[in-house]
Amino acid sequence: MSATDAATAEESTEGRSTTGQAIRRLVQGDLSSVRVVLGLVVIAIIFQVQEERFLSAQNLTNLMLQITTIGLISVGIVFVLLLGEIDLSVGAVSGLSAAVMAVLSVNHGWNAYLAIAAAVAVGASIGFLQGSLFSRFVVPSFVVTLAGLLAWEGALLQVLGKTGSLNINDPKITGLANTFYSDTVGWIFAAVIVAAYGAVLATGYRKRVSAGLADGGALPMIVRFVFLSAIVIAAVAILNSDRGVPLAVMILLGFVVGMEYVAKRTTFGRHVFAVGGNAEAARRAGIRVNGVRVAVFTISGSMAAIGGVMAASRLFAVNQNSGGNELLLLAIAGPVIAGTSLFGGRGSVWTALLGALVIGSISNGMDLLSLSSAVKLMVTGGVLLLAVLVDAVARQQRQTSGRV
Amino acid sequence: MAAEGTPLLELEGLSKRFGPVQALDRVDFTVSAGEVVGLVGDNGAGKSTLVKAIAGINPPDDGTIRFEGREVRIHKPQDATELGIATVYQDLALCDNLDVVNNLFLGREEVAAGPGVATRQLDEVKMEHETADLLSNLAVTIPSLRSEVGTLSGGQRQQVAVARSLLGEPKVVMLDEPTAALGVPQTKQVLELIRRLRERNLGVVVISHNLVDVFAICDRVFVLRLGKAAGEFKAEDATEEHVVAAITGVGDGREKGHEQQDQERRNQPQEGEEERA
Repeated sequence: MSATDAATAEESTEGRSTTGQAIRRLVQGDLSSVRVVLGLVVIAIIFQVQEERFLSAQNLTNLMLQITTIGLISVGIVFVLLLGEIDLSVGAVSGLSAAVMAVLSVNHGWNAYLAIAAAVAVGASIGFLQGSLFSRFVVPSFVVTLAGLLAWEGALLQVLGKTGSLNINDPKITGLANTFYSDTVGWIFAAVIVAAYGAVLATGYRKRVSAGLADGGALPMIVRFVFLSAIVIAAVAILNSDRGVPLAVMILLGFVVGMEYVAKRTTFGRHVFAVGGNAEAARRAGIRVNGVRVAVFTISGSMAAIGGVMAASRLFAVNQNSGGNELLLLAIAGPVIAGTSLFGGRGSVWTALLGALVIGSISNGMDLLSLSSAVKLMVTGGVLLLAVLVDAVARQQRQTSGRV
Repeated sequence: MAAEGTPLLELEGLSKRFGPVQALDRVDFTVSAGEVVGLVGDNGAGKSTLVKAIAGINPPDDGTIRFEGREVRIHKPQDATELGIATVYQDLALCDNLDVVNNLFLGREEVAAGPGVATRQLDEVKMEHETADLLSNLAVTIPSLRSEVGTLSGGQRQQVAVARSLLGEPKVVMLDEPTAALGVPQTKQVLELIRRLRERNLGVVVISHNLVDVFAICDRVFVLRLGKAAGEFKAEDATEEHVVAAITGVGDGREKGHEQQDQERRNQPQEGEEERA
């Protein structure tokens, strides 16, 4: 996470770090990422006990590839959730955008990068359109994007034409999900990530010290740094022992880190949180509330398109099922499971990655155990319900214990 | 504390009507620097309309507004803000999910220098520093500047809202029911804060239903009744009974029979029409 987060955590514990408080904060979501990591450990243990392939390097690499699409779409969903809105069209948009890319690349012989850019442009335009309709006419986003879900699914069928499916053969497109880096490159990635994270933490801390705002010492930051470094090194070691670090994982990670920066460190991100927290207060503070809303839905559409491109690349094809099935619900469920509130104003882009990992692990583990779709759907539904209940309980707790 | 020299804000003959209702009827009102004026009156007396007229939310139909001696026009909230008039509304308009620093700087965030400018990166350190300075100047104590505003007490939230209004360096601050729904110790904190606004030589207008609070902090009490000025008292000379009499319109020598009042009300719209004609 970020240096500011570390400082925040540090300050809020100041003077009242009893165990009771710690437990309450765990429930109330301040420590929701810890909660999710614990959940992941439990999931891993359960599946590992029953199927020893679960934690193998090969399966973990597969898992990372499986979650790329959901993770990318969830990145956009996080922004929509932060507003307290919902975007039900992301699945259909991802399918349609991928189909546009496939048609341009396969039927019209477009350059791969131009075709991908066109796909993202389609996603962004759709998001812009839906965001504008939602904010201009004050229609619930639920309804606008539900209409979108149907319309864009129709558009997908239209674009794919009679055959209903297109095989992608441009290696530049299929390479996105099927490229693995050598061990050396993998370790270079690890070194760069660890060094960059350390540098960000250190400069942030030095700035606070020089401004006289440092409190509680550097220990929590060091703990964070060691923790993250250990995860990065372990991940690269595991991925290297199979096929190597996949390009897809780096793409997902890049978007998560980049968008987390946008959400937490920029003026725009702060305005998203403000609109999600209290739109009227944001409006009175001079924030262009509708502008923020349109921008957020544009981000959501763009991320859906990027996710769709990755899915097409992994499948080597686009068909009538692209972006369909439970993709939409899983992309929304992921961040909620990992602690982004459905009620707006609370969450982080990291929950897109963590949530995709939780959902991906469950689905992957159940596949390994060859469970039926019936069981898989019910379990996934149960996990989503649990996550929403935890979110709602945390919210109630905040409301009752919040205003002292 | 009497007004010395030119008042900071001066309203003359301010009128506002909503359809057949004469919400404000030729009201004259002044605030000077370093003065706290209590604006009292029954429900519907026109207190909020007056404040909204000054704040640029509902511009008046008629009358002149002078700020620091020159005549000004306030058509929209930004006009008021630019002149240096800040308003803290009763609902405070805070984002509960953001911390104190972020609420204070909402909509006027500090952007970091350097490469972060391109992304309009926030300068959290600078904002936190300025917040700490401002709050300590006002002697406002809040457990942590990084605690979410939603976790603060009502009094602390009110103080954050008032502190936020001061960031734009206003000359006049208007507070709408600042002590409503607060407990005794919290009310005390907020009144203390209002006194410090006076020490900063700001002109302060306090709308309140609570005459005890009004007498505790105000230099002057201005009473509105049915949209008209119904009395003005120096807090040190007046008693609550005087003010209550002015608010209810009984026993202050200007007592009118019910018939007369009704007559007056019926006449009001017609007067307005004549003015327009």
